[in-house]
Amino acid sequence: MTFPSIPAIEAAALTKSFGDVRAVTGVDLTVQPGEIVAFLGPNGAGKTTTIDMMLGLTPPDSGDVKVFGLAPRAAISRGLVSAVLQTGGLLKDLTVRETLDLTASLFADTRPVAEVLERAGIADIATRRVGLCSGGQQQRLRFAMALLSDPGLLILDEPTTGMDVEGRRAFWNAIRADAERGRTVLFATHYLDEADEYADRIVLMSRGTIVADGATAQIKNLVSGRIVRATVPDADPAALAALPSVDDVSVQGDRITLHTSDSDALARHLLTHTSARDIEITSQNLESVFLALTSEGVSA
Amino acid sequence: MTTDVTPTDTNTEQAARVSIGRVQLDRKVPPFGGFTLTYLRIELARKLRNRRTLIFTLLFPVVMFLIIGYPMRDLSLTDTPVAAGGTSVAAFIMVSMAMYGAMMSATQTGASVAVERAQGWSRQLRLTPLNPLVNVIIKMIAGMVLGLVAVVSTYLVGAISGIQLSAAQWISTGLVGWLLASAVFTTLGLMVGYLVPGENAAQVTSLAIVLLAFIGGLFYPVSSMPDFMQTIAAFTPVYGISELARAPLTGDGFDLAALANALVWFAVFLVGTVVFFRRDTKRV
Repeated sequence: MTFPSIPAIEAAALTKSFGDVRAVTGVDLTVQPGEIVAFLGPNGAGKTTTIDMMLGLTPPDSGDVKVFGLAPRAAISRGLVSAVLQTGGLLKDLTVRETLDLTASLFADTRPVAEVLERAGIADIATRRVGLCSGGQQQRLRFAMALLSDPGLLILDEPTTGMDVEGRRAFWNAIRADAERGRTVLFATHYLDEADEYADRIVLMSRGTIVADGATAQIKNLVSGRIVRATVPDADPAALAALPSVDDVSVQGDRITLHTSDSDALARHLLTHTSARDIEITSQNLESVFLALTSEGVSA
Repeated sequence: MTTDVTPTDTNTEQAARVSIGRVQLDRKVPPFGGFTLTYLRIELARKLRNRRTLIFTLLFPVVMFLIIGYPMRDLSLTDTPVAAGGTSVAAFIMVSMAMYGAMMSATQTGASVAVERAQGWSRQLRLTPLNPLVNVIIKMIAGMVLGLVAVVSTYLVGAISGIQLSAAQWISTGLVGWLLASAVFTTLGLMVGYLVPGENAAQVTSLAIVLLAFIGGLFYPVSSMPDFMQTIAAFTPVYGISELARAPLTGDGFDLAALANALVWFAVFLVGTVVFFRRDTKRV
């Protein structure tokens, strides 16, 4: 079999500043066709700016981005990439169907409006005014608009912000059903569970750069679990690393830092089998992982 | 579907996904920068659905004509009495009001650009093949169509209420008024629309139009103003186009100063529009 030779996204050394704020400080990313990639990071990490550059909405200060080998604007004109952006972008006085008719008319070729209404799960509200639709319905309308050109790549920028649990679930079900047909999807989120549940690959972004990039399970492992710190004068890092629940060990003098999925068992082991003292257990969260990765410059 | 689903490696779900995404890359770009009659039709439907637009653009000129113009149907504009075939003051007011309708419609075009920018619609359109300039052209055409409806409906009411003009006068005043009002006030509206963010643009332009219409002699003859006001009036944007549109009524021919006024203001607003449009599309 032949793999498609042209990546869906190929970004090299992208940077972007707004005044003194360095929003993106160097992003290199290649996404192959068919991948489902989560762009995970806290607010202000530079996710939206990076996405805007991929869509040609913001020109990069330096670096280059290609979508299916084309400049973003050329890819959009051919309907190869479409996007669901965070909020806005709808005319409240149009009906759902009119919005889709209008959008469809702007492309050279599109799927039938009835089909995208069905796939986005909004066929029953086609005649409703956009201004009267709920946030979740409006987001599914944006999704339907994005499906019209049958794009090879779909980009979603924090698509479920402000939705209730039910809305989020319905929205992701529609996306997942669509992605199973082979579309490349890149979505930005700051929810780990969304990234974990829907992506094959997670790209962690923090302070304008990619700090980790790997398969979902690998990245999730980095983020979940607990950190156990202890002072162990005659520590044997290799022995500790071999313990079943320990993923990572780092040593700074007498102070040892362990990343574990079972902090209770590890603490018991340290207290009973080693000379450990001053044991400190902290839970991991995205924020602490981001900070750790950013300060250490680690790449998974 | 253009993404071909032919999994060849079924060891894992992920491997299957990676291998199936084959995208047809030789896609077409739409002609004319995305200009379509569908978009134009929806733009017109939006205008006709907007009650405020209908009141200020279509109803206001007709009602103002009936209130102010109609009672003066027997008062002659020139030395020839109306009964002897002279043009009435009512005809003068009819032309002025029709122009006001066309001006309002034209200005709304610009204001709508500002509102759509604030709503993020212009950003959404950047995710389609639509050229931003084509977007503006579609809005201009829709605005001109509505302006034409305003002119025609005012003229219809004028004709029904007994205004007598020659065919040449009906056509020349209507056409000149419609085209000039559209040109000058679409560009004014767009300039303000790109300059002032959001909903404020509509308020700024509506207020500006009323003031400019007054001082330019659309509601109140410039010749009845104090001398210094007359001097000021001759330099305002409504003055030139309204003098030109009403020139066929008096048979005096038009004033070159009025033509210069119209051209200069059109040029000023056009340059302003281009400058602010460029600045605007840069930040999206």
